[in-house]
Amino acid sequence: MSQKIKDATIPSIPTKARISRWFGRNMLRIYMLFGFTYLFIPVAYTFVFSFNDSGKSNLIWKGFTLSNWQNPCGAPEVCNALGNSIKIGFLATLFATILGTMIAFAIGRYKFKGRSGSNLLIFLPMATPEIVLGASLLSLFLVFKINPGFWPTVFAHVTFCISFVVVTVKARIASLDPRLEQAAMDLYANEFETFRRVTLPLVAPGIAGAALLAFSLSFDDFIITNFNSGTLITFPKFVYISAARGIPAQANVIGSAMFFLALAIVIAIQLVNRKKAR
Amino acid sequence: MKIGKARVPYLLLLPGFAFLFTFFILPIINLAQTSTQTPVAGGDTGEYEQSFAFSNYINAFVDNREQFGRSFLYATLATIFALAIAYPLAYAIAFKSGKFKNILLVLVVAPFFTSFLLRTVAWKQILGEEGFVVPTLRSLHVISEQTTLTSTAFAVVAGMTYNFLPFMTLPLYASLERIDPRTIEAAGDLYANGLTTFRRVTVPLSMPGVVAGTLLTFIPAAGDYVNAAILGSPNTKMIGNVIESRYFKIVDYPTAAALSFTLMAAILILVTLYIRKAGTEELV
Repeated sequence: MSQKIKDATIPSIPTKARISRWFGRNMLRIYMLFGFTYLFIPVAYTFVFSFNDSGKSNLIWKGFTLSNWQNPCGAPEVCNALGNSIKIGFLATLFATILGTMIAFAIGRYKFKGRSGSNLLIFLPMATPEIVLGASLLSLFLVFKINPGFWPTVFAHVTFCISFVVVTVKARIASLDPRLEQAAMDLYANEFETFRRVTLPLVAPGIAGAALLAFSLSFDDFIITNFNSGTLITFPKFVYISAARGIPAQANVIGSAMFFLALAIVIAIQLVNRKKAR
Repeated sequence: MKIGKARVPYLLLLPGFAFLFTFFILPIINLAQTSTQTPVAGGDTGEYEQSFAFSNYINAFVDNREQFGRSFLYATLATIFALAIAYPLAYAIAFKSGKFKNILLVLVVAPFFTSFLLRTVAWKQILGEEGFVVPTLRSLHVISEQTTLTSTAFAVVAGMTYNFLPFMTLPLYASLERIDPRTIEAAGDLYANGLTTFRRVTVPLSMPGVVAGTLLTFIPAAGDYVNAAILGSPNTKMIGNVIESRYFKIVDYPTAAALSFTLMAAILILVTLYIRKAGTEELV
């Protein structure tokens, strides 16, 4: 009896109800579409305006040109700032990755007195607002009569990158299967050899990920850099300074190029991982 | 255990902790010292001496209580909006995206490879007078001729919401992804409807992600001054803007130091209370 009623009612569902049911079923999908549109609006805007034939100020669309992409150093300050950012990012990443990885091994691998205190010391720089980190470093440099500039900026970047390296590498160490190392020891590898041939290769992807994270944090940092760089101009600082009178389109070229480069790196990593998993 | 072995962790920690001591602990101690200094009588601008003037703190707070209030208000609003936007997004990626999961996750992070400042400037131009949004809304009479979108509190909060969104989305995704789908099936078997399952099973299990995400959004937002500088007006100045101008424009280091310290203390107290309340102490 009830079956009959159901069959009879299906075709007569009013359109309104059908639409609302469709919305109910696809609500999350529609939401995702809106969410991703929101996320990508400024990226798309930056990309589109990198083709603007704009002259000095890139505020209004004046016509399509490829010249900004063909000559990204057409505004020399842009390339100069980019060069500084890359140099600082490279050095900060190098130091932070080495120091952070050592700390991660100590905390991740050993039980020792002061371990929870060590964890706290790693957590604190992440919980401190950037402006406090930047301001406190600047006042230290001023006390020791060190002029803000290239190296103070590098050290400032290492300071906030270390914690992120430790957290990333520590997570990788924690996920290792201890039996692999035991097996190496059982096969008469000594401690050093086990570390070099088993532990380190297994942790390496975590270290690489941490280095990438450190570089992107350093490259994109503005607040701490602004406090400690003096007259040195980095890429984010250049954008900030020229924001009022409009940034040259070459800055958009560099921003878009960074976007595609980073996207390519992430996709390449995913593909390699998938191959390995097979 | 060998005796030599006990030294290994300390040797590993030594270089990194020496670095953090020099460039993190010492500066913070130094900042505390600076915060109670007063100008040298008859000295140049920027010359200060220690006089343990704790009144600096009271003066700094009273003079800037408006900006303090604004910083915490804007940061709270940005955190709530980011949570509202990121939770469904993270939920959809974790449960409804099938084999596209990794691609969608990359797409969430991808916008943040374009420089933070470039994106903020892009928002300023999109929402500005010369952009397409304001003229369109005006011609549709949604907003009046005088209304602007930039140089408002709305723009500052919107900018912060956007800029800190991945800090919210990633921890949320991480904790939602870890939920065993069988717990959700079990709720259904026990006659819970979709909403009840979500409220009583999914949300409680994702709480570590909610706590981590709100902290990672709130802390940088409360200390931020870039969004307020680019998207705001003098009426939307936050405490970060005050600290910046005290350092660079007015060369008033003690006030800037006192403000920085007050900001850090306020954030630490709020964070501690919040973690207590949320009951997840495994974060640290």
